[in-house]
Amino acid sequence: MTDTHDITLSINDHDYTITVDARHTLADTIRDQCGQTGTHVGCEHGVCGACTVLLDGQPVRSCLIFAVQCGGKPIRTVEGLAKGDELHPLQKSFMKYHALQCGFCTPGFLMLAVGILENEPDISDSDLREALSSNLCRCTGYANIVKAVRAAAEELKAGS
Amino acid sequence: MKPAAFHYHTAHSVQDAVATLADVAPDQGRILAGGQSLVPTMAFRLATPGHLVDINGIEELHRLAVEDGALSIGACVRHAAFHRPVTDGVLGALLTHVAGHIGHYPIRQRGTFCGSLAQSDPASEWCLVAVTLDATIIAQSTRGRREIAAANFIEGVMSTALDDDELLVEARLPLPTTETRYGFQEFSRRAGDFALAMALATFRLDGGVITDARLGIGGAEDRPRRITQVEAALEGKSPNAETFEAAASAVAETLDPMEDAGTSAQYRRELVQTLTLRALQSAAS
Amino acid sequence: METVLGQSVQRLEDPPLITGRGRFAADINFPHQLHMRMVRSIHAHAEIKSVDIAQALALPGVYAVWTADDISHIGPVDFRADRAAEDIKPYRQPVLAKGRVRYVGDPVAAVFADDPYLAEDAADLVAVTYMELPVIVTVDDPIGEFSPGIDTEAAILTHSYGNIDDAFSRAHAVVELDLFTGRHAGVPLETRGAIGRYDAAKDILELHGAAKVLHRNKETLTRMLGRKQSGLHLHESHVGGGFGIRGEVYPEDVLVLAAAERFGRPVKWIEDRHEHLMCANQGREQHHRARIAVDAESHILGIEDTFHHDQGAYIRTHGVVVPNLTMCLFTAVYRVPAYHARAHVRLTNKTPCATYRAPGRYEASFVRERLMDAAAAKLGISPIEFRRRNLITKDEIPYTITYNEPEAKKAEIDSGDYHLLLDKALSYIGWDTLSPELAQRRADGELVGAGIGIFLEEGGLGPSDGAKIAVDIDGDVEVITGGASVGQGFETSMAQICAEALGVDYKRIRVIHGQTDRIAYGIGAHAQRTTVMTGNAVNATALAVRKKALEVAAGVLQTAADDLVITDGTIIRRDDTAGPSITLGEIAAMLVPASKSRGTHVPGLAAEEFFDTTETVFPYGIHFAVVCVDSGTGHVKVERFVIAYDIGRAVNPKLVEGQLVGGCLQGLGGALYEEFIYDQRGQPLAVTFADYLMPTVREAPDVEVLITEDAPSPHNPLGIKSAGEGGINAVGAAIAGAIDNAIGRPGAVTRLPVTPQRMKDLLRAGA
Repeated sequence: MTDTHDITLSINDHDYTITVDARHTLADTIRDQCGQTGTHVGCEHGVCGACTVLLDGQPVRSCLIFAVQCGGKPIRTVEGLAKGDELHPLQKSFMKYHALQCGFCTPGFLMLAVGILENEPDISDSDLREALSSNLCRCTGYANIVKAVRAAAEELKAGS
Repeated sequence: MKPAAFHYHTAHSVQDAVATLADVAPDQGRILAGGQSLVPTMAFRLATPGHLVDINGIEELHRLAVEDGALSIGACVRHAAFHRPVTDGVLGALLTHVAGHIGHYPIRQRGTFCGSLAQSDPASEWCLVAVTLDATIIAQSTRGRREIAAANFIEGVMSTALDDDELLVEARLPLPTTETRYGFQEFSRRAGDFALAMALATFRLDGGVITDARLGIGGAEDRPRRITQVEAALEGKSPNAETFEAAASAVAETLDPMEDAGTSAQYRRELVQTLTLRALQSAAS
Repeated sequence: METVLGQSVQRLEDPPLITGRGRFAADINFPHQLHMRMVRSIHAHAEIKSVDIAQALALPGVYAVWTADDISHIGPVDFRADRAAEDIKPYRQPVLAKGRVRYVGDPVAAVFADDPYLAEDAADLVAVTYMELPVIVTVDDPIGEFSPGIDTEAAILTHSYGNIDDAFSRAHAVVELDLFTGRHAGVPLETRGAIGRYDAAKDILELHGAAKVLHRNKETLTRMLGRKQSGLHLHESHVGGGFGIRGEVYPEDVLVLAAAERFGRPVKWIEDRHEHLMCANQGREQHHRARIAVDAESHILGIEDTFHHDQGAYIRTHGVVVPNLTMCLFTAVYRVPAYHARAHVRLTNKTPCATYRAPGRYEASFVRERLMDAAAAKLGISPIEFRRRNLITKDEIPYTITYNEPEAKKAEIDSGDYHLLLDKALSYIGWDTLSPELAQRRADGELVGAGIGIFLEEGGLGPSDGAKIAVDIDGDVEVITGGASVGQGFETSMAQICAEALGVDYKRIRVIHGQTDRIAYGIGAHAQRTTVMTGNAVNATALAVRKKALEVAAGVLQTAADDLVITDGTIIRRDDTAGPSITLGEIAAMLVPASKSRGTHVPGLAAEEFFDTTETVFPYGIHFAVVCVDSGTGHVKVERFVIAYDIGRAVNPKLVEGQLVGGCLQGLGGALYEEFIYDQRGQPLAVTFADYLMPTVREAPDVEVLITEDAPSPHNPLGIKSAGEGGINAVGAAIAGAIDNAIGRPGAVTRLPVTPQRMKDLLRAGA
């Protein structure tokens, strides 16, 4: 049985008009049909957070939502963070603080952090740590990720 | 870990949703709200619904409002809605405190309060809250609408009183009186993990002694439960260490804990004792 | 020009990764590719009675379904390490199970279909019938049958020296311990993946998504598939963490290649997480019965250890390297006059085991440091004091540990000052104030304590590695290595070494790794070898390029080569920096074959050199933990963790620190959270991320790192040792010691991980 649907996904302000199976996850669709492979799949059961994207401005696990549910809702992925050559403060911060090693969890952490900071720019240190505990990293031991996000948060507040 | 194939339906109204559900229920039709519990089970192919009825687009189900002395929570209200207190007073504070224990931030953006009730996982925080505070669950189908008391709604592990063709449309939590105190304690292995046990205690102090005590335990037995005999024993007692230790001990004794390869009944029992004590202490302070 | 070696420069690897433009295995796609999905055993031990593929094959979009008969010409997965070990060859894993399955997850069939969703549907339709056989679940279960005539005790290995009987007979005190390290593994965030592609135009079979030890794997796979050496190449792109478990030859790698060749279509396989937690190499599961003998002056007289090593269902590419590694550096930084260790390598009906970061050493450190703590307690002196009295002194190093057994690897410790590191660590920790503070907190009722573990690592295994370096006419540099990157910053480290030697900006250097068609030899990335071996090869090669550049420049600038320096890619006179100059790019242009100014020089500003060594290097470190135990829930909170580590010389301190902190969290996971558990039928119970628990930010202490460079290695010109495994090695040991101290019962912790339930059991036992 296949149940196909024609949908338009809006990813980083670009429209992708595609045909999906009902069961295609948003993660797989973003990656395979829309060619945006920056969003990674780490567990497919909603625990690791590598697949985190912004949907309607909120960080969500794209492996737990079907593409067919997302027509017309603005989706932002890691590919949309930089403006041309100008990196997002979080991207610069991650590089400065050595917050990535293998880079597999990085897009998920970036989108999680962007979502949190955009929604709660004045988030406390302890709440930020709690929020960052949403995603798994196996390489860095987290210390530099927390530092990088905190530094970027300060910069975003100062800049705005 | 790709889900098995299913037919996807979007419902635009409650009427629409229950009509579709009536059609597809015989073919393992399920409701899709947050999906944070359902979709992982589909990824493991432990659940293979033939149909999903998406209710996220039904505006009235996103309703969250206080009316007639109760907080009315629509089926699509997300856990994240409770990040900030939604009422003044105790209930708002309590729900915000509990919400922070549910999964993680991104899960809370999608998962729903009512979805947790319909799922009836013993480790569900909202199920414990619903049972302890005597929530009312409203279910609707093509056959009509009915109200079910929370304690009767949850029938066991992943098992509720909902019929296959019923949609859980709303949960109502009665507002506690303003002087009500609460304490909530949960223990899980890591941030965001399933609770190994939880305790929710609420009471008032009247003339310096405990009254109207409610004591709910979750995550430890096959369903959350108010420990009524201990509630009764707390009535009229001083909120001191001796009272609380006795109560915690009594709760542990009466427990019929779940057991599995990783967690023994004895451990759960002792954990419940600790959490009960701490929940009571927290409510008193 | 400022020195770049030893600077914490930003990584070259980061820009594509930070912008979502990495190419991990799952990101690689070829036209007309098929997707492979494995059908796996649902029983821990069974005979396969029948495999019915008809329904699966009938599904539209399914191209083929293979069973063992379809690849009958392909042998079992061969050993990479321990190649000569004939005795253990019967235990190798077939690419697809034939006749018998030996663990839940054992591959039985492979489905090839148009898309992964469909492939999974088809795999569910493959009907296998089994007859269940008795299951061996724990490493202490009685030995059983692996196959007719072959039992499940694959090997008994020994490492010994000195007179152990004498040591114990004249001991002032003896302590015996029964210790267990639980099964866990690397579990990188990226699951395994392999894409096989047959380029018919060139008759070359390609494996994409390769990692770790590409050149060795090429040899193995070429042999297994009967290809010419020049007809099979491996390609590494981005790799989402290795930790030892990724990059070995697994059945799926063989299958995608064989299928791509036979079908003439690319074949892509991406493992899912459920599979990963059942099938990728696991490790750490050992049961030790160890004892230590000491004299009246608190000196160690001898250590004896017998252990059962849980090998899982098959012996994969590492042979019996891990139990050997457990033994060969067991005594580490301590003076132990007599030592006797015996390893029983036991096969069980669980996921096969191999190397995981600090393989055999995490286990050994746990046992050894528990023995140290136990001896100290028996003698009534502090754990630190006991260690201090038994550390090998600086003057004794170089220090050689030779074993009676010819197959046992000798250890020739190159340099070290363990007492100095201990002093520095204690000072850094503020032990003099911390110790009484903790004692006061205990007096006030808190269950808080500190623990320590001192360890020795070995890295830089040779014998040889090479590099090719070329400067182009724009002055940009390409460094080709046989190294591999698993995310550790390999490219940046190599670029820094090259930049330093050649006098160029490291950002103008492109480092190639993981492409077997660009360089004939390579050691990959494992056993913390790359910085030492590949780094020194890059250094030697860069120096050769420098020499050639200066020779040519000497002619152009009419100055002796010795009087010239290279700064930021420009050659100038040392004593006339504003004077005449020439860039490396211009030199390269002079050296193109058709150039009139080439003279008799061989074309190209390029070189290829090798670094050979018969020595290994021995970094060392100290792990220190402070924990607080919640007596109500059994939760163990790690309040503080300190790593003191002597790395000889750090190429990029920030990258070293990153490796150490990352390793520490993995070690913490193994000490408190992570465990693969099985029921009595051999069914794995930790096959989701909700059951296999890895630390999150919330569980991460603020790990403090003290890197010292007091003992550079005399064995390589750069003086470097290695850091890949220094963060994880003694974490289990340190946390165990801290828990004992917190609850006031030396020796309480005998088993890892210390889950809340086990912690409660310990508290109850002591009450």
